[in-house]
Amino acid sequence: MTVFLIRRLMQAVVVLFAMSLIVFVGVYAIGNPIDILISPEADQLERERAIHALGLDLPLWEQYFVFLQRALTGDLGRSFAFGAPALQIIVERMPATLELAVAAMGISILVGIPLGMWAGFRPESFGGRAIMAGSILGFSLPTFWVGLMLIMVFAVHLGWLPSTGRGETVEVLGLQLSIFTWNGWTHLLLPAFNLALFKMALVIRLTRAGMRENLLMDYVKFARAKGLSPGRVIFVHVLKNIMIPVVTILGLELGSVIAFAVVTETIFSWPGMGKLIIDSINQLDRPVIVAYLLITVSMFIFINFVVDILYSVLDPRVRLKEMKS
Amino acid sequence: MSIFARGAFVMVISAVSAGTAGAADLTIGLGGAVSAMDPHYHNVATNNMVNRHIFGRLVDQDAKQTLMPDLAESWKAIDDTTWEFKLRRGVKFHDGSDFDAKDVVATLKRIPSVVNAPSSFRIFTGQITETVVVDSHTIRLKTATPFPLMPVFMAGFAIISDEFETATTDDFNSGKAAIGTGAYKLKQYVRGDRIELTRYDGYAGTKPAWENVTIKQVTNPAARVAALLSGDVQIIDQVPTADLERLKKDKKIGVSSVVSNRVIYLSMDTNRDQSPFVTAKDGKPLAKNPLKDVRVRKAMSMAINRPAIVDRVMEKQAIPAAQFLPETFFGTSKNLKVEKFDAEGARKLLAEAGYKDGFAITLHSPNDRYPNDEKIAQAVAQMLSRIGIQTKVEAIPFATYSPRATKLEFSFMLWGWGSGTGEVSSPLRSLVATYDREKGNGPSNRGRYSNPKVDELLATALRTVDDAARAKLLAEASEAAIFDVAVIPLHYNINNWATRAGFSYEPRTDESTLAMGVKAAKR
Repeated sequence: MTVFLIRRLMQAVVVLFAMSLIVFVGVYAIGNPIDILISPEADQLERERAIHALGLDLPLWEQYFVFLQRALTGDLGRSFAFGAPALQIIVERMPATLELAVAAMGISILVGIPLGMWAGFRPESFGGRAIMAGSILGFSLPTFWVGLMLIMVFAVHLGWLPSTGRGETVEVLGLQLSIFTWNGWTHLLLPAFNLALFKMALVIRLTRAGMRENLLMDYVKFARAKGLSPGRVIFVHVLKNIMIPVVTILGLELGSVIAFAVVTETIFSWPGMGKLIIDSINQLDRPVIVAYLLITVSMFIFINFVVDILYSVLDPRVRLKEMKS
Repeated sequence: MSIFARGAFVMVISAVSAGTAGAADLTIGLGGAVSAMDPHYHNVATNNMVNRHIFGRLVDQDAKQTLMPDLAESWKAIDDTTWEFKLRRGVKFHDGSDFDAKDVVATLKRIPSVVNAPSSFRIFTGQITETVVVDSHTIRLKTATPFPLMPVFMAGFAIISDEFETATTDDFNSGKAAIGTGAYKLKQYVRGDRIELTRYDGYAGTKPAWENVTIKQVTNPAARVAALLSGDVQIIDQVPTADLERLKKDKKIGVSSVVSNRVIYLSMDTNRDQSPFVTAKDGKPLAKNPLKDVRVRKAMSMAINRPAIVDRVMEKQAIPAAQFLPETFFGTSKNLKVEKFDAEGARKLLAEAGYKDGFAITLHSPNDRYPNDEKIAQAVAQMLSRIGIQTKVEAIPFATYSPRATKLEFSFMLWGWGSGTGEVSSPLRSLVATYDREKGNGPSNRGRYSNPKVDELLATALRTVDDAARAKLLAEASEAAIFDVAVIPLHYNINNWATRAGFSYEPRTDESTLAMGVKAAKR
């Protein structure tokens, strides 16, 4: 376990370093953010002053060196646009995105697994076929379009749910959370469902495939022959076995939901991290872009780590120390 | 259902809908992004628009950008280099302290000292060499050279209380220092999401209609329209042109429009002998840069069918342009008319200049900056190709476009210019005055156009304190530049706002969306 941990940590440091260098050079190559930030009415001297104030007049390697030095002390720089520490801006937005991601994951698990199990258990029934047909829609409809349709139906025509933004928040353990207010839930429901749709389809398909495969296995026949109730066979023995691929995929998907819920957050004006990264890219706000991607990478590394541990819990045959990466 | 029951049902419904949003509350769906509550941090239209709710200025601009007294009751030039501002008495900041000359002094001191400002407000105060406090409500601003634009520039920045002269941007964002004299107090600023305001009862001017105002950032156009249709917001700005017709037909929605101070124009490299994106049709370099010849530029202008672009590409949300600003603005010329579309004449003129077979050129354009920018460029390219100038369009995101253009990498470009000052010296000085770093002339002159006559007229105008004489000089400078086709003006954008029924908005030429301008319409 310890060896596994240390190896993982060292890999993480290398990945983070490479990542920061690539992003830094990449954003530098795109252009100079001052052109976007500064008022068009500013004269040449004012422009030069602003460039100097943001440290953009230094050569690239020097800018990167300053960044590295500060990064080692935990300071990832100040946003060019907002003037506040990049890390603080991202952390401010994190609760909103985490809320959305957890709600979307919750919906896709709570709906996806039972439906997938049913479709795997009764593949030829009408219900099973309908579920599979529905999951194809979940895969193939673009999130952008579905989001707008959800707004048109539930916000504009029916007027049941609000169309934009986040609801009232309450402070819980220092975080601004909206899942504890009714108003917050009404705002959360549409974007969470929109985000969940694709994952839901994925979970349904994985669960169904696992279900069909496992039902034919010897251990199921044996369990049945032993006289176990069908409920126990399916919900204890089969379920445990089909969860391994589902957990792997959900782990990776959770990462991508948190980091790249860009489309959904934009359509619903959800003040989360996805919207932040898009705005920052448009403004070439390099400190925020770099900090954001560093956080994202750390998050993926952490999620993969948790997934590996979950494997060993679900399947005792998997030993952590045998895992190479 | 009996009549009584139905009546009760209706009453319940209306009570419920009234409960969701109080009668005197307003929510605005804003297309732009706001970067700070510090009014001296980032000189950008959306920030200025939001901080106008909270802070007063010495001089205000009305919906047509005409100067209005605000914290200064009156102003006059007492000699060539001194302006005197009489301050309004009895004005109180949100925290109850009195407004007087020391607050103006504190503001002028703070503006150049804001750290990390990506776009400083120093451009409005840099000309002031000395500030003299005559008495508690009179202040004199001295400049090195005559400076007729002083009142216009004083409309550019917010006045803060002297208590917060050394406050940081964070102090303003948290609301601690966001204490102004404006019609609204800052309740909460949630970065990237919304700004909540409450009415300030001690406001010196006209009391606004709305008690609580929420300004929500809804940057996605489709989402903004949906938010309006669903009633989440009562007014939106930057209405997408594609949705406009539908919204106008909707009985629950009202639309208000006005021509803006923003001109969309084409800029050409008129300086270099060899321009990077101008070649012969076979790709070989030309002997000299055809864009240096005024006949070629004139022919290009004549070849563009502006009414067609306005009709088809802009879906009528623009007006063909003849100069830098619509005629109603200060310093515009009455003699300039929209260039008439004349492909035949253009071809002749081109032949006369020695380009009978035309040449090849690349038109660079942003694709995310101005309404329909890329489509306009495509239309222009087709029109120019018809007179033999083979035009290719390269449309790229503004984040890449603008830095490359500033490095003079392009030959032919599409740009827009909004005059924040509401008069013609702003585009003349930035776009067509000869590039001069020391004098601050031509910072956005990316074709490096240079015409001594324009420079001379503009320089004289900028020294002339008398308004009528200055307007005449600016008009002459505009004429000199346009006759020489310094740039090719295409059209002025129209600004649109859409409101729910029961609300109306007085449209503003400066593109601002102000809660003070939203009225409860009579049904």
